Amino acid sequence: MTKAIIIDDEPLARSLVREYLQEYPFLEIAAECGDGFEGLKAIQEHRPDLVFLDIQMPKINGFEMLELLDPAPAVIFTTAFDEYAIRAFDRHAVDYLLKPFSKERFHKAIERWRERSKQKTDPVPVSSLLENASESPHQKERIVVKSGSSIIVIPVDEIMYLEAADDFVKIHTRKGHWLKNRTMAHFEKVLDGSKFIRVHRSYIVNISEATRLDPYEKDSHVLLLKSGEKIPVSKQGMGRIREVLG
Amino acid sequence: MASRIPGFLRQASRFQGIIALWIGWTALYAWASHSLGFPIRLAITDSILANLHLAGACLLMLTILRYYMPGRSQYINLLALVSGLTLIWYVAFRLSWLALVPHPEPVTFWEEIFPLRMAIALLVIFCFTLYSVLNHIQEEKEIQVKRKSDAEKLARDAELYRLQQQLQPHFLFNSLNSISALAGRQPEQARLMIQQLSEFLRGTLRRKEEEMVPLAEELHQLDLYLSIEKIRFGHRLLADIHTDPACAGTLLPPLILQPLVENAIKFGLYDTTGEVSIRLEARCADNQLTITVSNPFDPETSPNTRGAGFGLASVQRRLFLIFGRNDLLETGTQNSRFITTLHIPQS
Repeated sequence: MTKAIIIDDEPLARSLVREYLQEYPFLEIAAECGDGFEGLKAIQEHRPDLVFLDIQMPKINGFEMLELLDPAPAVIFTTAFDEYAIRAFDRHAVDYLLKPFSKERFHKAIERWRERSKQKTDPVPVSSLLENASESPHQKERIVVKSGSSIIVIPVDEIMYLEAADDFVKIHTRKGHWLKNRTMAHFEKVLDGSKFIRVHRSYIVNISEATRLDPYEKDSHVLLLKSGEKIPVSKQGMGRIREVLG
Repeated sequence: MASRIPGFLRQASRFQGIIALWIGWTALYAWASHSLGFPIRLAITDSILANLHLAGACLLMLTILRYYMPGRSQYINLLALVSGLTLIWYVAFRLSWLALVPHPEPVTFWEEIFPLRMAIALLVIFCFTLYSVLNHIQEEKEIQVKRKSDAEKLARDAELYRLQQQLQPHFLFNSLNSISALAGRQPEQARLMIQQLSEFLRGTLRRKEEEMVPLAEELHQLDLYLSIEKIRFGHRLLADIHTDPACAGTLLPPLILQPLVENAIKFGLYDTTGEVSIRLEARCADNQLTITVSNPFDPETSPNTRGAGFGLASVQRRLFLIFGRNDLLETGTQNSRFITTLHIPQS
């Protein structure tokens, strides 16, 4: 039996997908979820073959939920987002249905999914897939990470600094630090450049957390944070600090 | 082209003023040459002749300036123009003088005061030119200022329109999707929602941004909005609206409440998973309408207690564009509720 999960915060929107799915008896609806947390739990529990996913949802949005899953399930986005905003995901999602969508359009999406699953391609790793998404809502405001079985939403203002750690980025806040499977370049691009400065190849610092800048050896400096931690600053990093602070 | 004619020639009263000035000047000129030794009749004839030509030279200068207004770096050309016109004035005046005034006359005396006459003519033409050019610059500046303020007003209107429209598409498409879902099994509900949505949209289309609307009308619009949202979100959404009777007759910008309530709904619904009650209260005091909108939130998990979503930023911007103030929208938290406070000054 093939399993599908519907994740949407509006009950009527879920019922529409359910209704359309009645014509595909080989697809069993394993779960229906009203927010990203529930959705994440359900996906981990049921390992569905197909997920219908809304983007704007309570707690964490659809993109943020996907970020926490690796490998990603096959996803058909169902959203009122405009085409332009969702185009970044076009390559990676099976399909996206713009609300309100017709039965015919829904059928096309299902066909597309069947084609894809027949090809038996390896699932696309989510980390690389979402890296390109510059349009994800909220990504300038918060970062969602997973710690054991719980999900943590970190407002960017609470970040002290980011540190490169192999294939991950370590996010340091006053409450502790978390790993996120993204690159430094991603955060450099996404975070507000007037607040977060790439002071070193391996460090991005929230400049409001800095208290003092001291020279250190030849051509380099060290940045003292309010928390007492010391962050190395490269020559280029120094240039960027000067640029931002004027 | 009309804008290139100096303003002082545009109005009849000013034109009369110029004539009077010319007559006064001519009389003074005649009196001056009489006191220098010309017989009175000759002095008058001479003055009229000289100043008619001078007026002609000034008009010629005006005509030239209509087609050639020198730029900032070309003022030297103006000096050449003034000198040239003075010379022309002299030749024309001399010729007509010789033709009209019968001999024998004290031509030698005329010759004696020639440099003085030249200097005076030069000065008059120069002053006239200077006045015209300054006038022209002033007018250009005024036109520019007007054009700029027109452009600013257009941009402001466009921005207001955009801000007002921005929040609609999501709401619209999600509502249409709900209707689509209802159409299959609950056609009566679908029909009801279509009616509510239509009435809501009609309300938004009718509004002109710059016109303030009565509170009752705005609240009716909000009611429509809430009834649609209630269908979309089912039993999770509860709305509670209280209006102080003193607020009857107060005015506010159209559709300003909807983004606040939309924000509260999103914040409330998206942040908590249970039932959500949105509370709206309108109070009036000191010639000011104060509206508070509140929603529950979970202080433990909510990362964004500022709640400053796009909706609030756009309301802030609208209030600034309408009232020129940045202190009319406040947000805060109290007892696990997020509170947005809106102040609308009543004139």
